[in-house]
Amino acid sequence: MNEQQRRSAYWKANLRLVAWCLGIWFVVSYLFGIILVEQLNVFSLGGYKLGFWFAQQGSIFVFVVLIFFYAYRMNKLDRQFEVNED
Amino acid sequence: MDLQTLTYVVVGASFALYIGIAIWTKASTTREFYVAGTHVHPIANGMATAADWMSAASFISMAGLIAFLGYDASVYLMGWTGGYVLLALLLAPYLRKFGKFTVPEFIGERFYSRTARLVAVFCLIVASITYVIGQMKGVGVAFGRFLEVDFEVGVAVGMAVVFIYAVFGGMKGITYTQIAQYCVLIFAYTVPAIFIALNLTGHAIPQIGLGGNMSDGSGVALLDKLDEVVTGLGFAAYTEQKGSSLNIFLLTASLMIGTAGLPHVIVRFFTVPKVSDARISAGWALVFIAILYTTAPAVGAMARLNLMNTIQTGEVGAEDGNLAYAQRPEWFKNWEATGLLKFEDKNDDGRIQYYDDTNAEFSASAKAYGWNGNEMVKVDRDIMVLANPEIANLPNWVIALVAAGGLAAALSTAAGLLLAISSAISHDLLKGMITPNISEKKELLASRIAMAGSILVAGYLGMNPPGFAAQVVALAFGFAASSLFPALMMGIFNKNMNRTGAVAGMLTGLTSTIMYIVWFKGWFFIPGTAMAANTPENWFMGISPESFGAVGALLNFVVATVVARFTAAPPEHIRRLVDDIRIPRSASAS
Repeated sequence: MNEQQRRSAYWKANLRLVAWCLGIWFVVSYLFGIILVEQLNVFSLGGYKLGFWFAQQGSIFVFVVLIFFYAYRMNKLDRQFEVNED
Repeated sequence: MDLQTLTYVVVGASFALYIGIAIWTKASTTREFYVAGTHVHPIANGMATAADWMSAASFISMAGLIAFLGYDASVYLMGWTGGYVLLALLLAPYLRKFGKFTVPEFIGERFYSRTARLVAVFCLIVASITYVIGQMKGVGVAFGRFLEVDFEVGVAVGMAVVFIYAVFGGMKGITYTQIAQYCVLIFAYTVPAIFIALNLTGHAIPQIGLGGNMSDGSGVALLDKLDEVVTGLGFAAYTEQKGSSLNIFLLTASLMIGTAGLPHVIVRFFTVPKVSDARISAGWALVFIAILYTTAPAVGAMARLNLMNTIQTGEVGAEDGNLAYAQRPEWFKNWEATGLLKFEDKNDDGRIQYYDDTNAEFSASAKAYGWNGNEMVKVDRDIMVLANPEIANLPNWVIALVAAGGLAAALSTAAGLLLAISSAISHDLLKGMITPNISEKKELLASRIAMAGSILVAGYLGMNPPGFAAQVVALAFGFAASSLFPALMMGIFNKNMNRTGAVAGMLTGLTSTIMYIVWFKGWFFIPGTAMAANTPENWFMGISPESFGAVGALLNFVVATVVARFTAAPPEHIRRLVDDIRIPRSASAS
C-alpha cells in the first residue's frame, strides 16, 4: 500500500467508526429517550421507568463511554495505518 | 460564626485562590494567551472545559427547570451533553491538528475567504456576547442573594476578579482558574444533593437515590411517589411527556449541534498537546460535566417532592391537610424576603394551597374543598438549588459553599466567552484583516486591551441588560448550530466544499434562524413587533424558535452542497490542507 492508499484506507476506517458511534448516539438519546419513550416506560429499572431513565441518565452515561471508546479505537487505527503522532 | 460572615470567608477564599493562580500564570506570548501554549494535560483540559461549559444557568437554574418540567426537561440534559459526542468525533481532533488559534481562523483559511472569516467572527461575537450577559447577571444575583450587596457592586467585583486573571493570563490563566472553579462548583453542587438523597431514600449517590424507594418504609419508588403527589394536585405527571415529540426532537438536536459549534468550547481543545489528546480530552470533559448533569435530575425531583410535601402536609382536601401559613418553616420566610417565593391567601383560611388551577377538572374539585385558586403565586425555579441546603437543614458552611459554587460557575464561563471574543478581535480582525504585519508583542498587547474592553462591555451589559437578554440565548445556540457547526464539519469532511458554497450555506443558516426567531419574538426583540404570537399554534409545524437551529443547520448543509456543485472547485493547496488535518501525524514527521 502506498502512502496515498494508506491514508485513504485510514480515513474510510475512521468514517465507518464514526458512523457506528453516531448510530449508538442516536439510538440511546433520540430513539430510546424521545421517540420510543412511552413504549420503554412500560419497563422499569429499579424505581426508574426505562424510557425516563434513558432520557435523564442512561443516554449521558452512554455518551461518556462512546467518546472513550472512539478515542481508544482511533489510537489503534492511528498506529495500524502508521499515521500516529509519535 | 454567622452565615453572612461564613459566606464572606468562603467566597473570599475562593477569590484569593483565583487571583493567586493569576499571579502564577502570566501569559508572555500570543500562543500562551490564545491557547495556553498547547501544554494543557487532557484531563486538566477536560476539567477546565467542564467549568467553561457549565454556566450560572447550569448551576443555579437547571435543577429547578427539571423540577417543574419533569421529563420534558430531558432535552436540556441530552442536548447539552450529546453535543460533546459530536465535538469529539467530528470537530475537536481535526481543528487541533489544524493548530491555529481561533475558530474563524480555520473557517477563513479552509474556505480561502475573508468573507467566510468575517461571517464566522460575526456569529462568534453575537453568540458569545448574548451568552456572557447571562453570566454577568448570574454573578450579580449570587452576590445579591448570599452576600446582600447591591447587584451592581456584585457585577463590578466579578469583573475585577476576571480582569486580573484573564487580562494578564489569557487562556493560560483562565485554564488554571477554571480547574479550581470546577472543583469548587462540583463540590458545592454534590454535597447538598447527597444529603437530600440520603434523607429521602437512604442512598448516598443521588443517581441511585432517584431510582430508589422512599426511605419512609412505604416501599414506594421515589419517582412513583412524586407522580402520585403532583397528579393528586392537578399537575401533569412528572415522568410523562407533555410537549410535542417533533419539537422535543428538534430542540435536543439544536442544543447538541449548538453545543458542538460554540467557539468558546471548541477553542478549549486547541490547548492540548496532541490530536489524540483532543479526542480523549472531550471524553474527560463529558465525565466532569456528567457528574453535575446526572445529579441535577435527582436534585430537581427530590426538591420538588420536598416542596410539595412541605405545603401539602396531609390528605388533599382535608381541612388540616395544608400547611398553616403561620407555621411555615424558616427557609420559607427567608426566600419570601427575596421575592422568589410569594404567597397570597386567596380563600382567607390561613393555610397554603399549592395546586394547578389551570387544570379545569382539578379546579372543580378544589372549589369543593373551599380552595380559591393556587396560593403559591410565585415559586422561582432557581430556589430549587439555592434553598436546597436550608430545606434539608444542612449546616451553614454548605450554604456558603453554594454561593461560592454559583459564582465559580458564572465566572468560569464568563472568562471563556470573553477570551473567545477578545481573540476574535485581536487575532481575526486586527492581525487577520486590518494590520497583518503586526508584531507578536503588539498583538499580545492588543489582545490584552481587547480582553479589558470586552470585560467592560460585558459588565456594562450585565448591569443594564437589554430587555431581550433573557430571550436571546436561543440566538447563541441558533447561530452556533445553523452557521458555525455545519461550516466546520463540511470544511473537514467534504473536500469539495468551496468558498462560495460555504459562505452561501452559512448565510442561509444564519438568516433563516434569525428570521424564524425574530418572527415570533419581535424585530430586534422589541415587544409588539413580532409578526405572529409566540405560541405553539402559530409555529411552523409546531417548531419553537429555540428548536429552529437544527433546521437552520440542515438548510446550511443543503444550500452549501448545491452551490458548491455549480461553482469552481477549491484549489489544490486547500485539498492538501484537508488531507493534512485528517491525519494526526504532522507532515514533517512522516
